[in-house]
Amino acid sequence: MTREGTINFLILSGMLVVPIWAFIADEPFTITLATRVAILALAGVGLNIALGMGGLVSLGHAAFFGIGGYAMGILASHAQNFDPIMEWPILIEGTKSMPIIWLVAVVTSALAALLIGILSLRTSGVYFIMITLAFGQMFFYFTISWPAYGGEDGLSIYVRNSFPGLNTLAPIQFFGLCYAVLLVVMFLNWRLIKSPFGLALNAARQTEERVETVGIEAFRLRLVAFVISGAVTGLAGALFADLNRFVSPAMFSWQLSGEIMVFVILGGVARLCGPLAGAALFIILEHYLGGISEFWQIYLGFLLLIVVLFAKGGVIGTLSGKGGAHG
Amino acid sequence: MSIILFVEQVLNGLQFGVMLFLMASGLTLVFGVMGLINLAHGSLFMIGAFAAAVIAGITGSFILALMAALAAAAAAGAIVEILVIRRLYARDHLDQVLATFALILIFSEGTRWAFGSFPLFLDTPSYLSGPVTLPGGIEYSSYRLAIIIIGLLIAVGLFQLISKTRLGIQIRAGENDREMIAALGVDISKLYTIVFALGAALAGFAGALVGAIQSVQVGMGEPVLILAFVVIVIGGIGSIQGALVGSILVGLTDTLGRFLLPVLLGTVMDASSATLIGSALSSMSIYILMALVLLIKPQGLFGAQT
Repeated sequence: MTREGTINFLILSGMLVVPIWAFIADEPFTITLATRVAILALAGVGLNIALGMGGLVSLGHAAFFGIGGYAMGILASHAQNFDPIMEWPILIEGTKSMPIIWLVAVVTSALAALLIGILSLRTSGVYFIMITLAFGQMFFYFTISWPAYGGEDGLSIYVRNSFPGLNTLAPIQFFGLCYAVLLVVMFLNWRLIKSPFGLALNAARQTEERVETVGIEAFRLRLVAFVISGAVTGLAGALFADLNRFVSPAMFSWQLSGEIMVFVILGGVARLCGPLAGAALFIILEHYLGGISEFWQIYLGFLLLIVVLFAKGGVIGTLSGKGGAHG
Repeated sequence: MSIILFVEQVLNGLQFGVMLFLMASGLTLVFGVMGLINLAHGSLFMIGAFAAAVIAGITGSFILALMAALAAAAAAGAIVEILVIRRLYARDHLDQVLATFALILIFSEGTRWAFGSFPLFLDTPSYLSGPVTLPGGIEYSSYRLAIIIIGLLIAVGLFQLISKTRLGIQIRAGENDREMIAALGVDISKLYTIVFALGAALAGFAGALVGAIQSVQVGMGEPVLILAFVVIVIGGIGSIQGALVGSILVGLTDTLGRFLLPVLLGTVMDASSATLIGSALSSMSIYILMALVLLIKPQGLFGAQT
């Protein structure tokens, strides 16, 4: 096993041991923190597909996170009010079933990613960053000014949605579900990296001309990567909304886009477990520094600055002794 | 819909656009010359507003407050450039985004720590607080009119600076070929600091001017920053001219969209749903404008490079 492999194994098993310990010690808050880490890591895994594999610096991923969240919020609020979403031409009712909500979240955020991708992938570099940021902000303002689903106040869901065979209200069971989803997606991500598509995407990031010369359209590769990336982040958004039983325009905020990117960078770009390590570090910092000082983000700012300026490769890169993953 | 109301809204749009120009011109200069994307530009806007509010509170003079905003933002810009930004020019855009995102966290939380979470207030000076009567009997806020005039004067000054002065020549040369002007004996790192401080000063000035209309609070800069990005995408990166045209377009689209869309929709549907859909649509109008420009000219209206 390589050193990075060992570290990945340690991180993945640590994510399992801590909540189980917390369950035995009856510390439900720690389980909730671990669930947050798993869900935010999933959002990071999504972004890492665009950012790490495709080299697409998207600063608007909160858009997909928020769409996933609102997919859950809208479906569940209709279900809890026994009020169908539409009756004509076909009857569509709300639902409290997680698998259906996930499917809707994935499909809607993939569609949004397709639209945003088609427009923003016409450009590259710094334009792409600014455009994704702007589209993210568009969703933010839209949800604020659209009062049907709570507008600025957001939507509350009284009871967590259900998953067949599980009691999702028990923190440890909900954690297990989120962690399983994370593992499945990370496995798929690993397969994706090794697949011909992943290799071509990686090549397109390094030298676009070469990929174009052998007859592969880089634009299409990137668009597909962006859509997959948006769909995964949307799924994370649906889970996050279920964790909090609340959705609000804050899920669309540009700060959240920045934070998802911070998970990926703190952990290490283009590394399989990077987003998980980054999200875990972020939540630990938030929990402990937040306990010391109300202004803990100032320390986060300095830490981030140091990582960017001096520690390329993030936590996993530093620990595994290899600088950039794109060496 | 009266014509007077319409003219008022056009002026509001212009005022908004001119303020966006002050932000966008600095951003686009910094990108054009140094190739740097600076998310912390909104923090400099905030610093200007806070400096103005503090100095106005102490001295009671609005002019001194504006000077303080210029000085504080320029100084903050120069310090940040020397300590952090300078290390980022050779890095990729991802590193620039992250490092300047970190700067936002530091500036925002630092300001919150120093001034608290409650907004400060900056009053418009007494000689600009009343309305002014324009030709045609239109009454308009003299302060907002002053912003439009000051902003346009600054735009003219900036064009003169870029096209006529020695510094402007160096800036344009720096945009084209930085190795060459360094070889010709221009101190490139000093030039970069000056350009960055100039952009910062413009942002801080905008912050102070806007601070007298809105409240001065932490996080006031970022929404304006993102709008300035939309302006740059529309106008084309690195082009001051594009920034001016883009700003006015965005300012007018946003203001007139909010005003006209509910009225227009009201002709085809009932008033309450027209207001509802109109306000939701108008909140998206500038992004739709951006999408249209991207479809037609991905490099922006005045952009040369892709």
